[in-house]
Amino acid sequence: MIESIFSLEILVSALRMAVPLTFAALGGVYSERGGVVNIALEGIMLVGAFGAVLGTYFTGNSWIGLLVAMSFGFLIALIHAIVSITFKINQVVSGTALNIMATGLTTFLSRLIFKAAGSSPHIDGMVQWHIPGIGGEISPLIVIMFVCIILSQIIIFRTKYGLRLRACGENPYAADSLGVSVLKVRYSGVLISGALGGLGGAFLSLEHARVFVEGMTTGRGFIALAAMIFGRWTPIGSFGACFLFGLAEALRMRLEGLGIPTQFIQMIPYIITMLVLVGVVGRAVAPAYDGVPFEK
Amino acid sequence: MIRRVIISILAPFFAVILAFLLGAVVIVLLGENPFYVYKVLFSNSITNVDGWGYVLFNATPFIFSGLAVALAFKGGLFNIGVEGQIYMGAFAAAWIGITVNLPPVLEMPLAFLFAMLIGGLWGLIPGFLKARFGAHEVINTIMLNFIAMALTNYLVNNPFKEQGQINPIPQTKELYSGAIIPRVYPLLNKIGISISSSVPLNYTLFLALLFCFFTWYLLERTRWGYEIKAVGLNPKASRYGGINPAYITMITMFLSGALGGLGGINDVMGYRYRFLDGFSHGIGFTGIAVALLGKNNPIGIIFASILFGILDRGALAMDVFTNTPRELIKVIQAVIIIFVAVGNELIFRLLTRLERERE
Repeated sequence: MIESIFSLEILVSALRMAVPLTFAALGGVYSERGGVVNIALEGIMLVGAFGAVLGTYFTGNSWIGLLVAMSFGFLIALIHAIVSITFKINQVVSGTALNIMATGLTTFLSRLIFKAAGSSPHIDGMVQWHIPGIGGEISPLIVIMFVCIILSQIIIFRTKYGLRLRACGENPYAADSLGVSVLKVRYSGVLISGALGGLGGAFLSLEHARVFVEGMTTGRGFIALAAMIFGRWTPIGSFGACFLFGLAEALRMRLEGLGIPTQFIQMIPYIITMLVLVGVVGRAVAPAYDGVPFEK
Repeated sequence: MIRRVIISILAPFFAVILAFLLGAVVIVLLGENPFYVYKVLFSNSITNVDGWGYVLFNATPFIFSGLAVALAFKGGLFNIGVEGQIYMGAFAAAWIGITVNLPPVLEMPLAFLFAMLIGGLWGLIPGFLKARFGAHEVINTIMLNFIAMALTNYLVNNPFKEQGQINPIPQTKELYSGAIIPRVYPLLNKIGISISSSVPLNYTLFLALLFCFFTWYLLERTRWGYEIKAVGLNPKASRYGGINPAYITMITMFLSGALGGLGGINDVMGYRYRFLDGFSHGIGFTGIAVALLGKNNPIGIIFASILFGILDRGALAMDVFTNTPRELIKVIQAVIIIFVAVGNELIFRLLTRLERERE
């Protein structure tokens, strides 16, 4: 029993489940390190999932699908940035409105373009890359994810830009007095999170489902935020937390068919998310000015 | 005073107009005539008595969800979990309705109270987690939405599934007659307003208006209300005033959840007379828009609910008579939230600048 649960297969499946969460959590790191809470990640993932299918469906090329996904996520993030950074509106209000908008917009466009309620036509997934030596196959998005994790860790903790980004989240007034444009840096963090969140959504539709289903993110944007907090606002930590969530999700799928009602199995990731949030409080400290508009 | 009222109405008013203009642009891009689409939207909702009946029927649950969000806002809390509180409360009311057979005078209050209790407890969970552990309520309330939907889905598919029937949507059996809230049309017909008997508007609307008054009274005339607002404005300062913010946070979330718990009454006890799986379809999220547009004021919430009631009714007609999918209304709703928030902020800044100049 234990062996069948903890096999290599389950680790692979956990990794695949972790990919969309990781992209979104990385996005959350950029946004929140700069001082902007990005609840809109849920909506960003949703438009990303839709954009990926849209691009792939019309061009037959999933790479163009990825680009569309990133630009859709970018656009939602741009609105979030304008509303919450320029106009200094409560970031949770803005994010919530954008989540409602993303749900409406993707359903609206999906019904308009695909002339069907519920879901889009099926599309081909990405062409998988062969792993030299082992002979296995891997999704290009997984490779991109690992590159993003490592790059982000370096960018945020080892570059001038990363230092500025963190300064804007920890003490924007100090950053401002040193000549850093807090608004511009915060914009960059939010916009990067939009592109990354869009990629996370793309993995859901291109690789998991191969179809766009209305509302298919089912809270993953929020789970990713919890993972980011669990990972203490660092790229590598966030990935570790996302992998744990992925493992829970993979185990959850194994539990199906054991006689436990599916609805209770479905609750597992949400309950884990709540437990994680309660458990890390006091141990994980958010950037001091996370969520606080910058008023000069 | 009058000037301040006018100014505070201006932002929501322009936000709605702007959102409709933006919607019109989308409709033009789709190659349809926005005048025609909007005419369909409004002519099926507010140009005749039946239409108004449907609008008020739609508005009823929004009043509850709007009050729930507004009360939490006043206490400095963001309750995005109203959707889940609606499901839990609605199921609680339905459970009373299918298990207890009493005369209406006893059964109805019992069902309302139980809906409020269960909705309130569902709201108390994130309230407690915030007060005790400092866990932020936003993500927790959202997670509880998903859990509530899964839980009621389980209940209505398994222990409480209607036996001997094949229903397209899982549902409980019908409520006992004591839990059925009658429709309003006989009364309206008696006083000379001719409204069709098919209009589902029922007495839940009056319950909702009553709760607008209760909420106003709570916030403006009671100690709890004062403490909730004090914590909402500044939790640290409230502590020096002898208030325990952790305790008030839990009270706020319980009361907010209790209001949310009543959001399903209109459907369960006033329309279908049973609990239908997934019946809410976002009433709790519309409550966020309602509270923002109504500026957390009970009277404002009534008007905002009516507006969203009109949109909901019109959306149905749009689906039937035009080629524009009805989800456009959801987009307009989100745009209204953003414009209202931005508009309020701009007007606030303008006012402070004007006051400074006067000094």
